[in-house]
Amino acid sequence: MKMKTESKPEKRPKMVKQSPSERRSNFEEVALGYNRYEAVAEANRCLNCKKPPCIEGCPVGVDIPRFIRQIAEEDFDSAVLTLKSTNSLPAICGRVCPQETQCEAVCVLGKGGKGDPIAIGGLERFVADYEMEEGVTIPDLRASTGRRVAVVGAGPAGLTAAAELAKMGHAVTVFESLHAAGGVLVYGIPEFRLPKSIVAAEVDFIRRLGVDMLMNSVIGKIGTVDELLREYDAVFLGTGAGLPSFLGIDGENLNGVYSANEFLTRVNLMKAYLFPEFDTPVKKGRRTIVVGGGNVAMDSARCALRLGAGEVTIVYRRGEDELPARAEEVLNAKEEGIIFRLLTNPIRILGDENNWVTCMECVNMELCEPDESGRCRPVPVPETEHIIPADVVVIAIGTSPNPLVSMTTPDLETAGYGTIVADETGATSKPGVFAGGDIVTGSATVISAMGAGKVAAKAIDEYVKGAVRL
Amino acid sequence: MPFTILKKQELVPTVHQMDIAAPRVAEKAMPGQFVILRIDECGERIPLTIADFDAADGTVTLIFQEIGKTTRQLASLGAGDSIADLAGPLGCASTIEKFGTVVCVGGGVGIAPIFPIARGLMKAGNKVISIIGARSADILFWEERMKEASSELHVTTDDGTKGHHGFVTDIVQNVIESGEQVDRVIAIGPPVMMRAVAGVTKPFGIKTVVSLNPIMVDGTGMCGACRVLVGGVTKFACVDGPEFDAHEVDFTLLMSRLTMYLPEEKEALDYKVAEEPAV
Repeated sequence: MKMKTESKPEKRPKMVKQSPSERRSNFEEVALGYNRYEAVAEANRCLNCKKPPCIEGCPVGVDIPRFIRQIAEEDFDSAVLTLKSTNSLPAICGRVCPQETQCEAVCVLGKGGKGDPIAIGGLERFVADYEMEEGVTIPDLRASTGRRVAVVGAGPAGLTAAAELAKMGHAVTVFESLHAAGGVLVYGIPEFRLPKSIVAAEVDFIRRLGVDMLMNSVIGKIGTVDELLREYDAVFLGTGAGLPSFLGIDGENLNGVYSANEFLTRVNLMKAYLFPEFDTPVKKGRRTIVVGGGNVAMDSARCALRLGAGEVTIVYRRGEDELPARAEEVLNAKEEGIIFRLLTNPIRILGDENNWVTCMECVNMELCEPDESGRCRPVPVPETEHIIPADVVVIAIGTSPNPLVSMTTPDLETAGYGTIVADETGATSKPGVFAGGDIVTGSATVISAMGAGKVAAKAIDEYVKGAVRL
Repeated sequence: MPFTILKKQELVPTVHQMDIAAPRVAEKAMPGQFVILRIDECGERIPLTIADFDAADGTVTLIFQEIGKTTRQLASLGAGDSIADLAGPLGCASTIEKFGTVVCVGGGVGIAPIFPIARGLMKAGNKVISIIGARSADILFWEERMKEASSELHVTTDDGTKGHHGFVTDIVQNVIESGEQVDRVIAIGPPVMMRAVAGVTKPFGIKTVVSLNPIMVDGTGMCGACRVLVGGVTKFACVDGPEFDAHEVDFTLLMSRLTMYLPEEKEALDYKVAEEPAV
């Protein structure tokens, strides 16, 4: 029975988190998820809108009201099927999607600031975690089409495309350059935000859909796209934006200065936080500065803190309102004691006679007129140069596409910063080659990459069915 | 899918040769390229330059010296054992074309990667003058192989136990001053040696190439750990190199960055020793 709207609570249950004082010294998950009572209660707040805007707000088009209704009915098994029919990585999305700017942003309950939107992300995570505890079921697979598709890159875009294509009955091989599948989910996002066992379980689900995953396979080196096209009917490129940007200031090659990619890869993929049980080291600074204001900067700062840095400072050239990171992650970082020096820009990094970083010189900034991107352009305030001591500096100012594939595929059209040009279906300038995710858009979110992988899978399906085999 | 070690041999004390089954790498490998390997789930990713490859047999030959925890652990493995990961071939291949006369210099373990380059240059029709050096005769290896891959071979040892008593740079200098028209020099070895070779050839304006060995993690341009300064510009050795113009390389920076994890390397080794059963 549906309750009347007025009688519903306006607030969502707060998700239990590890306390800041506890979590700042461990790598275990911060947010602990809803229990079934909280989940059912929250699901019961859903209005079950006739024209649900939340579905529109989801880049992969999950039937949100349906799975929420199934939670309310305590039919969790059906909720799993609903979620998985459109999203192959729900435990990941439930944790790292920016729901507050997507599905939850358009939830009717949250309109007009009267109440909280439904905690769609929290509920998605609940359902996915329930499935993992109960044992994952593999859907019946469609009969083989006899078509073969190569997917380059096992990140969010590639994994999604692979899963969708496998469900359509195509034989899919994924080529991944690192030794583990997941892309940014394994090298970038830290354990305390997305446990690697969760990623491994969702990757395993895709393997069990029949997808063949080859690790240590660097396309552009072990083979070219043209060579893949001789063996496969189509190729999907989901190679991401893996090339780290640096500031281009003095001192960036000093010992102790990292790109966020390196710092996070050492900590997350290589498990440097467990050194020396794991072999890969990372410098544990006493004072760490992280330059940048996005999620990657927050992740880097919070990793540095957990490694034992006494003082971790985020240096960002714009203000609080301009921080590109999720508000929740900024809050988490603040609760843990990360220092924010906003409207501050690095000028140079200084080191000692042994080439080790000692401090960073910064200048205060102020915001002027909005630029083409719509954000206010920061300009330096004269005579505000100052020194911040540091023994580790992490540069987290963004990444651009890795050129290994485009360099070895001459007839693949690329645009500024090395992105691959693709239309709305993912089709590139090269017949049979599709692309999606950060390699097309430049760095964006996990879910937008998944959306692109899903759209491209549809286009690839049509292409390989229609393609005349040579 | 693990990679099986087919053959393992201690060439000289603490220097090992390993032939590993890696058909897809062997098929594409070119002189000058490297692989990244990881021994097991707890392992670090380390780059090793490819010493030889055989596409028909599907094998890649690596040569390494026992220095830290990982290379010691690798040395403890034998034929029939396997390693978890081997990615490659990575980096740009050495430029192999007909230059005329090329001097190939290999120092210490650097003799291994210089070998396929010398062989390639010979095949391309160059006169290849190779100079290999080591601290002492008992740690010099692949002399025969290098002889076959070169028009002439010079051997040096720091202590005079074999060949010329002195450094490889002495012979580089001699060859140039003997009036031989040297068109190109390629040197692979410890950074101090490569810097010294660059110092010898620079006054003569001879194009000199070195293969750099900075610390790497992914080896595909993703992390930037391998930043080197070449001609005042920051490059990633893994994708822009590993070979660079020796006269443009900032060797001081390279050497200082190589020391970055010395305390941790010692800690890892101590931890491994403590874990090993007492004999």
